[in-house]
This record gives sequence, structure tokens and C-alpha cells, in this order.
Amino acid sequence: MPLNRVVITGMGAVSPYGNGVEILLDSLFSGKNAIQTLPEMEQIKGLKSFVAGIVPEIDSKTIARKYRRTMSKMSIYAALAATEALSQGKVEPYLFQTGDLGVAIGSTIGSIGTMENFFRDYFSDNSLERTRSTLFFQIMNHSCAANVSQMFGIKGTIIAPSAACASAAQAIGIGFDAVASGKIDMMLCGGSDEFHPLFTGTFDLMNAASTHFNRTPSSTPRPFEQNRDGVVCSEGCGLILLESLGSAKRRNADIFAEVVGFASLSDPSSIANPDAQAIRDCMEKALKNAGVNPDQVDYINAHATGTVDGDIAECTAIGALFGNTKPVSSLKGHLGHTMAASGSLEIIGSIGMMEKKQIIPTLNLDKIDPMCNKTRHVQRVESAAIRYILKNSFALGGVNSSLVLRRYGNERFGNR
Amino acid sequence: MNDLEIVEIINTALARELELDPARLTPEASLFDDLELDSLDLVDMVIVLEQAFNFKIREEEEVRSIRTLGDIHQFVIRKKHHLEGNS
Repeated sequence: MPLNRVVITGMGAVSPYGNGVEILLDSLFSGKNAIQTLPEMEQIKGLKSFVAGIVPEIDSKTIARKYRRTMSKMSIYAALAATEALSQGKVEPYLFQTGDLGVAIGSTIGSIGTMENFFRDYFSDNSLERTRSTLFFQIMNHSCAANVSQMFGIKGTIIAPSAACASAAQAIGIGFDAVASGKIDMMLCGGSDEFHPLFTGTFDLMNAASTHFNRTPSSTPRPFEQNRDGVVCSEGCGLILLESLGSAKRRNADIFAEVVGFASLSDPSSIANPDAQAIRDCMEKALKNAGVNPDQVDYINAHATGTVDGDIAECTAIGALFGNTKPVSSLKGHLGHTMAASGSLEIIGSIGMMEKKQIIPTLNLDKIDPMCNKTRHVQRVESAAIRYILKNSFALGGVNSSLVLRRYGNERFGNR
Repeated sequence: MNDLEIVEIINTALARELELDPARLTPEASLFDDLELDSLDLVDMVIVLEQAFNFKIREEEEVRSIRTLGDIHQFVIRKKHHLEGNS
């Protein structure tokens, strides 16, 4: 049994909509698609998908050069999201030094763009003489967690789970376990990624990237839709501040929701292809961890990226476990697939739904694929009093993750 | 290239690389205390100077004793004059 209840007392977001939770939620609720065509991708031989969700230009100079010099884009996104989450959480700076606050921030990989620039220069004359001392700090896998900890002077736990698109869910799960077990009071958790064509190219090679909407980017991706044609890769960062209920009460912090269950299971049946039974097993495990029955769940925020096989497998699993009455939607139709950030950005969106008592529909879901008809899809904004949310995040490599969130009884939303 | 031009190139290159306010780039400015640079900055400063003046100085013992911006100016001026004298 966990020692502590774990609540969410802060949120921070950098998304293809811009910097901040407010613009993220406003855009999601207004049904805005964040995908654009990138002309430079048309110049890449062999690539057929030219669409992506890119974070608009943001002012990184608010981050002191001493810390910014070791940051690639993904760490800049993480630093800005951390600033927002810690500010919203009203975390006094002295707490950074106590060891009672830690970070768990994951990314798919270190900065590919930085690596590309390095190797482009390196191969020109096989020389390291122009290599800056700050290069490695941008390409190491724990770059975001390290840079955020350095910037704020955080002395508690530091961990950087890397499980591609399930990185944020794993980071939140690790933070949840750490706080629930009493190891630490607060954990700043989530995922961050910066776009590189290699992401899109990887899905494209497997015929799993969206290629038919290059001239109509707002029409893709199309989770669960009969004309869906694959993933659209995006970038961003979502961070949530997890805290023991006791600590949150002592600090008189606003509480936005509660994390009550987590599971992350390996699916060894395939390193690339999803499996409905493995997804169901993961969701069941998370519910068991939460002590929650499927009947109690009010809304399922699906991973659903808009791939043919992935959406069918997830629908099949959800239908088998929950039946066809629970509302299901995916936020990928709005955001695209923000990779390592997707789990946390979509949880922030889900908490927004909990707060507003409205379920955001799956964007671009015009005609439901008959193969995805085992669940009740949300196609327009629905009013709903949501108590329990199940959130799925899956990743290449045979990784399935599920989190269970609960509305906090006396939650206040005084900050917004 | 005269000494003033060398100083100007150094200050411009370091201001750009290290985002330093040109007004702070006085010869007596201590790299650590006044300009708040650290060991990583010094490594990158050497790379910037090597690129700006097309010479190699990373392995030179004298680099390790540099403490002020003026030390850099004088070191580079001597190095340039030495190289030009040998050419």
C-alpha cells in the first residue's frame, strides 16, 4: 500500500501552439489543429511525409546563458515548462535545495539536430578542433533532466527515463511511485522532445507516417478515422509537479488532480507492432494498481496516433476491458504526436477536461473506421463530470504504459 | 593587423560567443570574477580565438595563466607578432 496520496500541484507546457498551459488548453478546447507543412522536408530524398507540429519561435533568452549554453531545443522547452510548473506550484526556491524535490524528465533521444550539426562539421575534415565544450550536454539522453536540475539548483532525485513516446508516462509513473512510497515529497515529471526529420522518416520507412495530407496539414493526423494514414510527428514538453498530499496541504498548494495508478509493461511479441492483449494487460495492471474497476473510469485518453494498426489494437483493447460505453478520445488530431512529451501534454489536456467538465473530441474523426468501432468515440465536445481518467502512452520497442488519474475532492483552480 | 584591430577582433568574438556586454570588456576585467566565466567558457573561448586568428593555442602553457581580458589581449598580440615575424 502506498504511504502517500500523490497529487498534481503544478503544470507547465510548451507545445506546437506556443509556450504555456493556457494556450495549450485554449487551443485544444477550440479544436485547433497545430500541424503545418514543412517545405524543407520535401527536399529529403525518400521521405514522403512533409507535415509536423513545430513549436513557434519562443524567447529562450529568458534563460540565463550559463544554463542555456548546454541546452538544445528540447531542454529549452523543458526549462520553460519547468518554470511554469514550479511557479504555478508556488514552490519556494529554498525547496530546490532541500532534496525534497526531484526531477524525472525523459526524451526519446538526445538532440538529433545537435548531433547532425556536429557530424556534418566533423566529417568535413575529421577534426574535433571546432567542437564546443557544451556539445555533449545537449546530446546526452538525460539532457533535459540535467539542464532543468542545474538551472533551478534542484538537489533531489534526478532520473531520465527514455522510452520514446512513453517517456513522459514512465517519468510520471516513476515520480508517482517515488512520492507514493515516501522517498521524496515532490517530483517534477514529464517528457520533452524536439522535432527532427529522422522521427518522421522512421515512421515513414515503416509506412506509418501520414503522407496524404501534405497540402492540407490541418486534416492530419486522423486517429480512429477510416482515412487515417499515419503519425504526424511534433515537438514540445509537458511537465507536471507531483507532490504528496501532506506536503501539498502543508504548503497550501492548489491541487489539480491526483495520480492513483501506473503500469508500464513490456510487449515482447513485436518491437514495432502493437498488440491488443498486451495493451489490455497494461491498462488492467494500472487499474489494479489504482484499486479502480473499469466501471469507475469516466474517460479514456487514448494514445491513438492515427496509424492503421495502432488505433485498431488500442480500440480492441479498450473495448474488451471497458465495453463500448466509456467516452474515448485522442488529442493527437490536435497536436500530432509530440513523442516523449505526448503523455504529459495530453495529461495536462485531460486535467483541463476534468476541470472544465467537458471532454475534448478527437479532431479529424469524421467517419469512424469500422475496425475501431468497439469503443464510444467522442466526436464533439461533451459535458461530463469526470472522476477517473485512464491515460495510455505506448512506444516503439514494445512499451505500453497507462496512468490513472482521479479528480481531487477539494480541488481548486484559483490560478486560472 | 595592428594591436587595436586585434583587440577589437577579440572583444567582438568573445562578446558574440559568450553573450557579454561590450561595456564590460575592459582590459582589467577578471574572466572569473567580473565576466563570470567558468572552465567550460574558457575551453570555448580558446576555440573562438583559434578560429578568429587561424592559429593553435590550446596546448600552450601560457593560456593556463590567463586571468583577465587584458591577459588575453596581450597573449594574442604576442602570438600574432611572433607568427608574423616567423612568416
